[in-house]
Amino acid sequence: MTANGWLQIGLFFVVLLAVTKPLGVFMARVFSGEKTFLDPVLRPIERLIYRSCGIDDKREMDWKEYTVAMLLFSVVSMLLLYLIERVQQWLPWNPQHFAAVEAHLAFNTAASFTTNTNWQNYGGESTMSYFTQMAGLAYHNFASAAVGIALAIAVIRGIARKESKTIGNFWVDVTRCMLWVLLPACLIIALIFVSQGMVQNLRPYDTAKFLNPQTVQTTGADGKTTTQTVTDQVIAQGPFASQEAIKIFGTNGGGPFNANSAHPFENPNPLTDFMQIVMMLALGSGLTYTLGRMTGSQRHGWAVWAAMAILCLAGVTVAYAMEAHGNPLLHGIDQHTSAMQPGGNMEGKEVRFGIAPTALFATTTTDASCGAVNGMHDSFTPLGGMIPLVNIMIGEVIFGGVGAGLYGIVVFIILSVFIAGLMVGRTPEYLGKKIEAYDVKMAMLVVLIFCLIVLGLTAVAIVSPFGTSSISNPGPHGLSQILYAYTSQAGNNGSAFAGLTGNTPWYNVSGAFDMLLGRFFMVIPVLAIAGNLARKKIVPESVGTFPVTTPLFTFLLISVILIVSALTFFPALSLGPILEHLLMHAGKVF
Amino acid sequence: MSTRETRKSLWTGGIVAGAVRDSLLKLNPRTLAKNPVMLVVEIGSVITTYELVHHQLLHVAGFRFELQITLWLWFTVLFANFAEAMAEGRGKAQADTLRKARAETIAHRIKNGGTIEDVPGSKLRAGDLVKVAAGEFIPGDGEVVEGVASVDESAITGESAPVIRESGGDRSAVTGGTRVLSDEIIIKITSNPGETFLDRMIKLVEGAERQKTPNEIALNILLSGLTIIFLLAVVTLQPMAIYSGSPQSIFVLISLLVCLIPTTIGGLLSAIGIAGMDRVVQRNVLAMSGRAVEAAGDVDTLLLDKTGTITLGNRRATEFIPAPNITEAELADAAQLASLSDETPEGRSIVVLAKEKYNLRGRELSAYAATFIPFTAVTRMSGVDLDGRQIRKGAFDAIVGYCKEKGNSVPPEVEESVKTIANAGGTPLLVAEDGKVLGTIHLKDIIKGGMRERFDQLRAMGIRTVMITGDNPLTAAAIAREAGLDDFLAQAKPEDKLALIRAEQAKGKLVAMTGDGTNDAPALAQADVGLAMNAGTQAAKEAGNMVDLDSNPTKLIEVVEIGKQLLITRGALTTFSVANDVAKYFAIIPAMFAGAFPVLNVLNIMALKTPESAILSAVIFNALIIIALVPLALRGVRYRPLGASALLRWNLLVYGVGGIIAPFIGIKLIDLIITHIGWA
Repeated sequence: MTANGWLQIGLFFVVLLAVTKPLGVFMARVFSGEKTFLDPVLRPIERLIYRSCGIDDKREMDWKEYTVAMLLFSVVSMLLLYLIERVQQWLPWNPQHFAAVEAHLAFNTAASFTTNTNWQNYGGESTMSYFTQMAGLAYHNFASAAVGIALAIAVIRGIARKESKTIGNFWVDVTRCMLWVLLPACLIIALIFVSQGMVQNLRPYDTAKFLNPQTVQTTGADGKTTTQTVTDQVIAQGPFASQEAIKIFGTNGGGPFNANSAHPFENPNPLTDFMQIVMMLALGSGLTYTLGRMTGSQRHGWAVWAAMAILCLAGVTVAYAMEAHGNPLLHGIDQHTSAMQPGGNMEGKEVRFGIAPTALFATTTTDASCGAVNGMHDSFTPLGGMIPLVNIMIGEVIFGGVGAGLYGIVVFIILSVFIAGLMVGRTPEYLGKKIEAYDVKMAMLVVLIFCLIVLGLTAVAIVSPFGTSSISNPGPHGLSQILYAYTSQAGNNGSAFAGLTGNTPWYNVSGAFDMLLGRFFMVIPVLAIAGNLARKKIVPESVGTFPVTTPLFTFLLISVILIVSALTFFPALSLGPILEHLLMHAGKVF
Repeated sequence: MSTRETRKSLWTGGIVAGAVRDSLLKLNPRTLAKNPVMLVVEIGSVITTYELVHHQLLHVAGFRFELQITLWLWFTVLFANFAEAMAEGRGKAQADTLRKARAETIAHRIKNGGTIEDVPGSKLRAGDLVKVAAGEFIPGDGEVVEGVASVDESAITGESAPVIRESGGDRSAVTGGTRVLSDEIIIKITSNPGETFLDRMIKLVEGAERQKTPNEIALNILLSGLTIIFLLAVVTLQPMAIYSGSPQSIFVLISLLVCLIPTTIGGLLSAIGIAGMDRVVQRNVLAMSGRAVEAAGDVDTLLLDKTGTITLGNRRATEFIPAPNITEAELADAAQLASLSDETPEGRSIVVLAKEKYNLRGRELSAYAATFIPFTAVTRMSGVDLDGRQIRKGAFDAIVGYCKEKGNSVPPEVEESVKTIANAGGTPLLVAEDGKVLGTIHLKDIIKGGMRERFDQLRAMGIRTVMITGDNPLTAAAIAREAGLDDFLAQAKPEDKLALIRAEQAKGKLVAMTGDGTNDAPALAQADVGLAMNAGTQAAKEAGNMVDLDSNPTKLIEVVEIGKQLLITRGALTTFSVANDVAKYFAIIPAMFAGAFPVLNVLNIMALKTPESAILSAVIFNALIIIALVPLALRGVRYRPLGASALLRWNLLVYGVGGIIAPFIGIKLIDLIITHIGWA
C-alpha cells in the first residue's frame, strides 16, 4: 500500500462527502415540487409530456397503485428492448451488420437492463448494433435508474408523511427524475468524457495493422490446438461517451464494450476513472441527504450516510490490502511497489490505473450495485475478490444502486430499530412511526427473497452439469464464480467475476429470473412498508425513544447489516473464497 | 411502595415436577405449532431419530455420536417446553390460591316480590339482587345498592384491614369471594357465572387465555423469518458441500440448523410473556390483557391525581406565623384551642403541630366553660368561645370580615404572610381572638416520600408526568414544582381530564391514568392505559384496562416498568440468541469440512478436539443455554431507568457483545468436559 494510493482513496471520500448535500438538496426540491434553477427550461417540457400522455400530475397514488404503475412501466419497456434486440438486423445504425440476438440472451439482456442490473452475457461490440445500444440499452439505463430513484422517493415519503394514504405519483416521479436529475447531469458528464478521449460517433469499426504480427494458439471445442497469425486489429467505435455517463451515474454498469471500464475508449485515463468512481456513488450518497431533509431529520440522513461510508471504507481497506500484498505463491518475483511498477497483484488490472484505484473501483462498483469494472474481479486474490462478493451479499446497501440502496437500507433500518426498540422497552419506532408486525414481516420478506434466490440458484447450479460446465476453474474458485454470478444478478449489480461462461440457455434464463425477482419481488414488500408507514401517526420523540441520529444507531445499523448477511452467507463463503484463500496459502491454486 | 413483593423461589419442588410432566405433554406438534422455531427443532429431532434407527438396522458406524446428537436435540425441545411450563406452573400456583377464595357460597337472592330465596353463588346472573349479612361471603362481583358494611378483602388483595363499602358514591364495588364483617348490604350482581373478577384473574395467571401481544407477534415474525433463512442456508449448503467433495450427514446438517435458528429466544418467548403477566399479578394488579401491560411500557404521558397519589390525602399545618406583637407561642395556643374539637385532618394537624412545637398538651374542653363554634358555610369560620375569649380560625377573607366587624384592621405583615404561603402552594389559615388577628397558620400539602425520585426516574425513561388537581393554578404550580412533576392541570373537572387525554393522544402520545370515581370512567376508557382502583366504582373498573387491587395509584409506575421490562427481556434474549450464532459457526463449519480440507482448521479458533466433539458441544451448549436463561426469562431483565441510548448501549454490551463471547467460552468448556469423560 502506498501513500499515493491512500491519498486517492481519501480524496474519493472527501469529494463524495462534498457532493452529497448539493445533490440531496436538489433531489429533495425536485421531488417535492419546489422551485429549481432548471424550471424555466424543463417545466414546459414536463407539462407537454403529461399532456401528451394524459397524466394528471396532481393525483397521488397509494402504494399498490404506485407498484402497479412501476411494474407496468417496466414490463412494457422490457418487452420493447427484447423486440429491438430480436429485430436489430432490420433496424438502422448497424454498420457491423450484427444479426438478431438469440432469444434466451435477448431475454437475459432485457431483464438485465430493466432491473438496473446490466449483467452482460454478451460482448457489446460484437453483439449489439448502435441502434440497440442507444435506443434499447441506453434508454433502459435512464429508465431503470429513474425507477429506482422514484421508488426511493416513494419510500422516503412513506416515512415522512403521517396519516396519508398516498406516497406520490409514479409517472411524475419518473418524469421529474429523468428531466431534472439524470438528463442534465449526463449531458455535462458526456461532454467531459468526450474531452478526455472517449468515442462518440456512428462510424463502422476501424481496422489497424500490427507492426509485428502476432502468433496465437487457440484450443477449439474439439480439443485440437490451432495456430493462427494475427496481422490486424479491429478497433470498435460507437456513440459511447454519452452511454458511459448514464452507465456510471445511474449505477447501471453495462458498458458498450466487453472490457467495460477497463477499455481505453470507456475509461481513458485516471481522471475519468476517478470521476466514474465518485459518480457511481454520488446519487446514492445524495439520497441519504434527501432522506434526512424530507423526513425533517438531517442528522438521521447523516447517520445512515456514516454507516454506508464506514462499510465502504472497510471494504476498500481489505481489498486494497489484499491486492497490494500480492500473490504469496510468486516466490522470487519482485512484487514491491517502485517507480517502475505498481507492485502487488497486478493480474487483471490496468497499468494506467494501478492497485489502489482498481481496488477502490471494485469496492465502489459493488457497493453501488453498479457493476462497471475497471479490472477483473476474477483475478483478484481470494479475499480481495471476496470483498466485491460480500458487498453485494450485504444487499447492495452501501450507497447502493440509485434508489435501490436507499430503500434497501430502510429494510435494515427497520430491523435495527425493531431490535433496538425492544431493548429500550418501547414499541419500536422509526422517526416517529411505530414499527409493527406488518413492517417486520415485509422487511424479513426482502431479506428472505434475496437469500432464497442467491443460495437456491447457486445450489441448483453447483450440482448440475448445466451449471458446472460453465465454470472455468475447479474447486472453491468455481463455487465463487457461480455464487458471484447469482449474487450479482440478484443484487442487481451486474458485475461479473468473469471466468463463468454465462451465455448458455441455463444461465441466461435462470439469471434473468434471478434479476427480475431480485428487483421486483424485493421492491413490492418495500413499497408495502412505505404505504403502511405513510398511514401511521407520528409519535413525538422522547428521551425514551431510541434516537436514529447517533453514532450508536450507526453502529447498530452496521452490526445488523453485517450479522444478517454474515449469518446467511458464511457457510457458502467458507467453501468459496475463504477456503480458496487458505488453500492458496497452503500452496494450492485453481 | 406498599406492594407485596412476593419473591417466591423459582424452583419450588411442586412447580418443577409439574413442569417436567408438562414439557413432555407439550411435545404434541399441534401445541408446538404456535412456536415455529421449536417446531423446526422437533421435526429435526424426529428426522434424526428415524435416521438413527435406520442406521442401526443397516449397521452404519457412528452410533454413539448420532445417538447423542439425537438426544440433545430432543432435550432442546424439552428444555424450551420446560421453560414455558415453569412460567405456567408459577401462574397456576397463584391461581390455586385464588380458587380457594372462590369457595362455593350460598347467596340470598331477592326475588321480584321481595322474598328471599337461597341459591348457589354460581347460579347468580348479572342483575340479580342479593342480601349479604355480617360474617357471610359476597357471592359474586357487584355493586352495593343499599346499606354500608365493612368488608374483608384480604382474599383478593392480601390486605387484612377491612374496607368500607357503601351504596352510592365511589366506594360501592364489591368482589366475589370477599367477606362482609359487619352490617348488612344489598348487592346488585354485575357479572355472569365464569366471568367474575376472580374467574378472569385465574384465567389470566394460568395463561389459559393468553393472547400474543402485538410486539410479541412482530418478534415471532422476525424469528420465523430468521428460521427460514437459516433453513435455506443449511439446505443449500449440502449441494455446495457435495460439489466440494465432502457431503454432510443429516445429523450434522440438522445440528447446524438447530444451532443457528434462534432457539434460545424461541424457547423462552412464551415463558417471558407469561412471567410478565405473572409479575403484574404479583403486584396485585389485574390487567385485562397482555396488550395493556405492553402498552404501559410505551406510555408517554402519565396523568396522576394530586390527592392520594402525589400528596398525602390531607393538608397539614407546618408553621405558625404570628402577627406583629404576638408571640408564636400565643398564636399556637390559640390555634390549638380553636382546633381542639375540630375533627377534620387539618384541624387535628394544628393540634399536633402546637403540641410538637410548644409542648402544648391537648386540653379537655369540658374542663372549661367552652362552646364549640362549628364551621358553617355562612361564617366560613370555626372556633371556640371559652372563658370569655372568642377564638376563630378561617380563610383570609372570612377572618378579615370578622375583624372589620369588630372594628379592627388586619396588619399588612399578616397580609404579606398570606400571600407568601399562597405563592408557595400552601393554604393560609388566619387565627383571630376577639376580633384581633393573632397570625397565620401555614397548611401545606404533604408530598409523599420518594415521589420526586420516582418522577425523576420517569423523566429519565422519557415519560412526562402531569398532575391533575382541583386546586387553583398557583397552588398547583407550587406543588408540581415541589414534587418534581413536568406539568399540571389545575382546577380540573372530569371533562378537562378527558380533553387533556384526547389532546395528548392527538399528538400521537400514549396516555396512562389512574382513577376510581364514576366520573373518571370516560377518561379511563379514553386513556391507553387506565388503572382503576379496586376500591372504586364498578363503572371505573370496567372502563379501565387494569385494576389495582391495593387501590394504590402509584402502582401505575410499577406497571410501566413491568411493561418495559417485558420488551427489554425479549429484545435482549433475541440479540443474545442471534449473537450466539457467530461462535457456533466457528465450531461447526470447520468441523464439517476440515476432514476434506484440513486448512479450514484455521477457523477452529476454539481448538475443539474432534469434529464430533465440536458439533456435539455446540448442540449441547445450544440446549443448556435455554435452561440457564429460564430464571432470567421468568424474572425479566433488570430495568434501569435510563435514557434510551444509555439503556441500549448497556444492553447491547451485555447481550450483544456478551452473546458473541459467551458461547465461545461455553462451547470450549463443554468440549473439554465431554472429551474428558469420553462422550466424544
